[in-house]
Amino acid sequence: MTLHQGAVARPWVERILAINGWFVFAFLYLPIMVVVVFSFSGSSNVGIWGGFSLRWYDQMLGNQQLMNALKNSIVIALWSTVIATVLGTAAALSLDRYRRWVGRGAFDGLLYLPIIIPDVTMAVMLLLWFTQTGLVPLGRTSITLAHIAFNISFVAIVVRARLAHMDPEMEDAAADLYAGRWQAFRRVTLPLILPGVLGGALLALTLSLDDVVITSFVQGPGATTLPVYVFGLIRRSVTPEINAVSTFMIAISMVLVLGSLGFQRRSEKDD
Amino acid sequence: MTDSIAAVSLHGVTKRFGEDVVAVDDVDLEIRDGEFFSLLGPSGCGKTTTLRMIAGLEFPTDGSIEIYGEEMGISPPNKRPVNTVFQSYALFPHMNVEDNIGFGLRMQKIDPAEIRTKVGEAIELVQMTGMEKRRPNALSGGQQQRVALARALVNRPKVLLLDEPLGALDLKLRQTMQLELKDIQSEVGISFVYVTHDQEEALTMSDRIAVMNEGRMEQVGRSEDIYDSPGSLFVAGFVGDMCFLTAEVVEAGAVRLSGGEIVRARTSDAAGTSVTLALRPEMLHLYAEASEAPSGRNAVKGSIARSVFNGGTMFYEVDIGAGGSFDVRVENKPSMRRWDMGDSVVVDFHPEAATALAQ
Repeated sequence: MTLHQGAVARPWVERILAINGWFVFAFLYLPIMVVVVFSFSGSSNVGIWGGFSLRWYDQMLGNQQLMNALKNSIVIALWSTVIATVLGTAAALSLDRYRRWVGRGAFDGLLYLPIIIPDVTMAVMLLLWFTQTGLVPLGRTSITLAHIAFNISFVAIVVRARLAHMDPEMEDAAADLYAGRWQAFRRVTLPLILPGVLGGALLALTLSLDDVVITSFVQGPGATTLPVYVFGLIRRSVTPEINAVSTFMIAISMVLVLGSLGFQRRSEKDD
Repeated sequence: MTDSIAAVSLHGVTKRFGEDVVAVDDVDLEIRDGEFFSLLGPSGCGKTTTLRMIAGLEFPTDGSIEIYGEEMGISPPNKRPVNTVFQSYALFPHMNVEDNIGFGLRMQKIDPAEIRTKVGEAIELVQMTGMEKRRPNALSGGQQQRVALARALVNRPKVLLLDEPLGALDLKLRQTMQLELKDIQSEVGISFVYVTHDQEEALTMSDRIAVMNEGRMEQVGRSEDIYDSPGSLFVAGFVGDMCFLTAEVVEAGAVRLSGGEIVRARTSDAAGTSVTLALRPEMLHLYAEASEAPSGRNAVKGSIARSVFNGGTMFYEVDIGAGGSFDVRVENKPSMRRWDMGDSVVVDFHPEAATALAQ
C-alpha cells in the first residue's frame, strides 16, 4: 500500500488505464450481454428483438433431450470433481512431502502434460484407450473417467501452490504435540490447504461442465453432456433456445466463479 | 541414584543427509536433570539437527539417544516425553490461542475439564490472560512466542526443546524474554535444551553450554568456563570478544610472542609448539610506565594505534611492533585515564587471563 502512495501520480496514465479497463470489460462482456438480452426476446429470429418473453426458457425446460444432457452434465461433473479432487490432492501431497519415491521426478513432469497437450490429442488418446481395452463401454462412465483424467492435474497444481507456502514446521509441531500421522493431516494439514483443495475442486467442476472436445470423442449413444448437445444443436438449426441455454450456463459459471473467489479471499485472510 | 540419570544423553550420534553431508558427527552429550542447556554454534553447525533428533523429527544415522534412561530408537515425536518451541513458532493459524495451547492435550485424549484448567494455568504462566480467543495472526511476535511456549509447556514434558525461539524478536524484547524464559524454567523445574547462534544469549541464560562447529562438539561446560577458559581456537573466537596473538611455547606456563617478549600464560602444549594466545580485551589494563603496573603479572610495552569511544567503554588498539597488537577495553569511569594516539603504554594482564591454544 505504502508503495502506491509513494508513487508519483500521473493523471493521464491513470486515465488511460481506466479507459483500457472499461474497454477490456466491454470486450469480454458485451457478447455475453447480447446473448442474455436476446434470451428474453419473443421473436423466433435469433438476432431480432421481439418483446420480452420467457418462451425460450419454457421450451428449454420442455426439451427432454436437453434436460437429459443437463442431468448428465451435473452427475458427471460432480463425480469427476469429487474423485479428481481426492486423487489430485493426494498427488500434490506425495509430490510435496515425500521426496524420495521411485518415479517421482517423471511423475512431477508428466503431471502437467494433460494441461499442456491439446484437448483433441487427449481426446483421441482416451478414445483409443477406451475402445482398445474395452474395459468401459462408451457412455457416462467413460466421460466421467476422461474428466477425472484431465481434472487431476488441475487440482494437483492448485493444491501444490497452497502447500508450497505452508510452513513445514506446522506438521512437525502437530507431531511434536502428540498427533499421529492421520490426526496431523486431519487437524492441521487439511484445514490449512482446504482453500486450495476447494479452489481446485471448483476449477475441476467448471472444466467438467465446460468440456466439449474430449466429451464429444468419448461419449456414447444416448449419453451426452449439455455443452456437447448445444454444439450439436447449433449445427442443425440456430433457434433462440440456444440463447436461453447459454444464459443458463453462464449463470452456473458465474456462481462457481464467485464461489471460488470467496474461497480465495478467505485463504488470503488466513495468511 | 535418580539424580545420576541424565535428562538426555547422546552416544556417538551421527546424522548424514545423503552421501556426503555430515550434519552431526559422532556427538556424545549428557544434559542433566533440571538444567538450562544451550547448544551454541554458527548456522549449519548441526545444533538444530541435534535438537530435532532429540525431538524425534529426525533419526540418527548412527548412535543412540536416551531420554531419562529410555532408549528412543526410532520412536516418532508423538511418542516422546519432550515438546518443542519452534523457530517459526508454528502456531496453527486456524485455531485461537486457547485451542493452540490445548492441542497437545486434546491429542492425548485428556478429559476436557482438565484441559480447560491446564490451558488456563499455562496462559497465566506466560501472561497471556485475556487473549484466549485471538488468532495467531492477531498477535505480536512476542505474544506468539509466549503462546508457542505455553503450547509446549502445558503438556508437562520431561524436557523442553527450544529452537532459536527469540531469533525473530527485536533486541529489547529479546532481552526481556531471555530473563522471563529463565524465570519460567526455574519455576517449572524441567530441563530446557536451547538452540541459539547468539553467544551472548547462551551466556546469559545457560547453566551449561555446548559449543558446536561443523557437526562436532567443540567444548561442553559451564558458561563461565566456556568464557574464561575456551578449549579451542574456534570457541575462543566464537564466544565473546577476543584478541589473538601468535606465539610459541618456551616452557610450561610461558610463551614467546613474535616480537620476542616472553609472557606467562596458561599452556598445555609442549615447548616449541606454535600457539595462538587468546586474551579478553576487558581483562587487559593500560599503564604509562611498567613501574605503575602491579608486579608478578605480565607487562608488554606498546603504543596506542587506535582509540574508539563506545559509550560505556573505551576501546584501544595497542601496537606492540613485530608481536602484533592488543585489543584493550577499559570501562569508562571518571578516574580512568584517557589515552591518545601514539601514547606509549604498558599492557598489563594476569597470566590466568591469557590462554595459549594449539593452532
